[in-house]
Amino acid sequence: MLAPQVEIMLVAALAGAACALPGVFLFLRRMSLVGDAISHAILFGIVAAFLIVRDLRSPWLMIGAAGTGVLTAVAVDALRRTGRVKEDAALGLVFPALFSLGVVGIARGVGNIHLDLDAVLLGELAFAPFDRLTWGGWDLGPRGAWVMGGLLLLNLVLILAFYKEFMLSAFDPDLATIFGFQPAVLHNVLMGMTALTVVAAFDVVGVVLVVAMLVVPAATAALLTDRLAPMLGLSVLLGLLMALGGYGLAYALDLSIAGSMATVGGILFALAFLGAPAHGLIAQARQAARQRERLAQQMLVIHLLSHEGTEAEREENCIRTLPAHLRWDPAFAERVIVRAERAGWVVREGDLLRVTEAGRQAAQEILGANGGAPSHPPS
Amino acid sequence: MATFLSARHEPPAPGDGPVIKVTDLTVMYGDRPVLWDVDWEVPAGVLMAVVGPNGAGKTTMLRTILGLVRPVAGSITVFGRPPAEARRWIAYVPQRTAVDWDFPATVLDVVLMGRYSHLGWVRRPGAQDRERALEALAQVGMVHLAHRQIGQLSVGQQQRVFVARALAQDAWLYLMDEPFAGVDATTEQALIEVLRGLKAAGRTVIVVHHDLQTVPLYFDWVTLLNVRCVAWGPVTTVFTADYLRQTYGERAGILSG
Amino acid sequence: MGFVFLMDPTFRLVATGSALIGAVGGVLGTFALLRRQSLLGDAMSHAALPGIVLAFLLTGSRDLPLLLVGASLSAWLGALLVVLITHRSRIRPDAALGLVLSVFFGIGMALLTVAQRRPTAAQAGLERFLFGQAALMLPQDVEWIARTAALIFLLIFLFWKEFKVLAFDPAFAAAMGLPVMALDILLTTLTVLAIALGLQAVGVVLTSAVLVAPAAAARQWTNRLERMVVLAGGFGALAGVLGTLLSTWIGRLPTGPVIALCASGIALFSLLFAPRRGLAWTVKSPGGKRRAGPSG
Repeated sequence: MLAPQVEIMLVAALAGAACALPGVFLFLRRMSLVGDAISHAILFGIVAAFLIVRDLRSPWLMIGAAGTGVLTAVAVDALRRTGRVKEDAALGLVFPALFSLGVVGIARGVGNIHLDLDAVLLGELAFAPFDRLTWGGWDLGPRGAWVMGGLLLLNLVLILAFYKEFMLSAFDPDLATIFGFQPAVLHNVLMGMTALTVVAAFDVVGVVLVVAMLVVPAATAALLTDRLAPMLGLSVLLGLLMALGGYGLAYALDLSIAGSMATVGGILFALAFLGAPAHGLIAQARQAARQRERLAQQMLVIHLLSHEGTEAEREENCIRTLPAHLRWDPAFAERVIVRAERAGWVVREGDLLRVTEAGRQAAQEILGANGGAPSHPPS
Repeated sequence: MATFLSARHEPPAPGDGPVIKVTDLTVMYGDRPVLWDVDWEVPAGVLMAVVGPNGAGKTTMLRTILGLVRPVAGSITVFGRPPAEARRWIAYVPQRTAVDWDFPATVLDVVLMGRYSHLGWVRRPGAQDRERALEALAQVGMVHLAHRQIGQLSVGQQQRVFVARALAQDAWLYLMDEPFAGVDATTEQALIEVLRGLKAAGRTVIVVHHDLQTVPLYFDWVTLLNVRCVAWGPVTTVFTADYLRQTYGERAGILSG
Repeated sequence: MGFVFLMDPTFRLVATGSALIGAVGGVLGTFALLRRQSLLGDAMSHAALPGIVLAFLLTGSRDLPLLLVGASLSAWLGALLVVLITHRSRIRPDAALGLVLSVFFGIGMALLTVAQRRPTAAQAGLERFLFGQAALMLPQDVEWIARTAALIFLLIFLFWKEFKVLAFDPAFAAAMGLPVMALDILLTTLTVLAIALGLQAVGVVLTSAVLVAPAAAARQWTNRLERMVVLAGGFGALAGVLGTLLSTWIGRLPTGPVIALCASGIALFSLLFAPRRGLAWTVKSPGGKRRAGPSG
């Protein structure tokens, strides 16, 4: 028997990790909002299934809700295919309608269903330790931990087993079809996986945090790595961080637990957005500055070459008039010329700049890399 | 904003200068150069094709002339002015695929958009504008479809609508991005007649074109572009096997000399 | 007839407010739909929550205009962040929208727990902004809604042809010398205002339905933008009034989901039975696009 706080953290961390896995594939297939739609629509499934089985603990509730989730994805796709509305509108039509039906059902207190609207949005994480799984008189711990842990395991097994199939159909569905991997089947497996995970997590953390747990870790991981396997790993790690950090924040400041977790997710994303090693804003700015200098040197050499031996050479390739012709600030031009000299690309001849053999080679490589290119070395 | 407000009726200042003058122009998308150190001039009254392989910077060239793309180096003037100030004399025909043809509008609605540039803010198109739009539709043989929803048009008809919209602008310089892409032979003939009519009226027309076969048939000037400007001038002198090879690969221009 | 409450001044007040909110949502939703930004509205309305709560926390006031200024500012920030994230990173619009939506809403919920510790919190009734409670509209609220709606309609009327060409062909608009960026900002601001107005009756969670559904419905009935905007406004107003009516009638219901259901119902009916485009006709005659409803 663990302390309640530890149990809450355990359930949240398992939920975060379990959602992070399908989240990565939704992200790669540009379907993050389908995850959003499913998370909302399942509310209708839960209410409808409850009306039939009348038991909040029945596994049918979960299956019914997950079925609604998959149906939502199918309905959105079918609606888009009719051509009457575009994809964004199809999403925007289907899930608010189903979610509204669910909310109305709950607000009218359909069959004394024990959910209030706050719980729909935020879940009841704080009550997770009170809902226990017992077997033969033994207390096995909070039910939420078992459910989320089971789903995490299921997701892991599915992804490990079909890793290359998932990767290929996310990257290139046509090629996957040619290889006989049936992306349609994989797509439905992904949707089913998402729906089941979302339904289970919904019960624990509520609709909005489910969306955050699906989207935020995957998007953050995508900024940190370029490869799928590390992305999956990082995403799980970020899901854990989001859950534990969020709980810490909520505990320290006495805030809504689910709200704090989404907030911490936002902070993690913001940190990656600014500081990610290759894709962050700071790295981008640094790279752009380096690029500008290198580009300027290349432009200088190509400009010199294109006027070499022409009548305008005296005018165009003269150190004093160059800044005006290239529209450069004189100080910047001076810096570029010095750099280019140091690189051995150009030499000064009085006022005139001349391209060296090395500069010629460099220019040829640049133009070669940019399309309109000589495929043979200059004669 | 200033351009949109200013009266558009006066023609560009007459002069002997070229309609477009480009010097040492370089345009980048991120770290990829799209136009490299281009020098280029377009004299008034030509019907010019711009040809080159995919990714040669043809569309970018049009967008630069319109002042929609900012060059990293070099200068460009249109009618002797910076591009943004010359827009009132330019009509632009974007690629047909750039818009949603399921948009709730009729053929006439779209052509009337060409008149907006003459109206300034707030004013609605009037009877005169409708007349001019219908005239433009007549020029491309589409009057009978004026009230058809644009989603019900064929590819060729959609392209005619776009050209009619440009005609309704009463411009001095026409920039057209692949107007013949995917259209039927009848439309192609109808459009080329329209272009010839514009040339006869002293207008300058620049067309991004993909069919090398028809260049000498349709155009009197041509520009060969592949990131760099390989050559430009009258079709008879510039449209040679040698320059084409330089444009589409195999041998380079400036470096082999 | 048992509809005495139709004569009730309070009900008429609330119905007027809901109708205006629906009409404004339908009109701006039309542009959002045509510019494929239906889901931006969802992200913006969720993003409004922290603004409402912060406005309350900072000023301690529960005046609707003040709270809605906070809502507008943070909805705007959310839209701006979506643009920033998609332009400056490899994150695609779908994920950027999901991110902004869930994180802003989470921050809003966390702040709400702070606000609820204030003694005046119960009076402020911030919870009504989650699912909407049209019945809590005061006369001055409706007056304020009417003024803002009038301003929105006026601006759309004045910039009608500019917004039209912006929605259809932004490249052409820019080439013509229209300040596309400024127009885009203006249209987004109007959408933010429409969302802010909707929050009181429909709530942050479902406001997007009032944007998307009436516009999607209207698109099925006409091929002219002019008619589409008017129809969408009408459908939106109808959903607003009908939703308020039903939730009053049934009782114990937040108005937001009921209004959203009414709007969805109108959209569903239109998708199925609108002349020419209705799906019901295509099911009956699979090959025959031409065989259509009365005006086809």
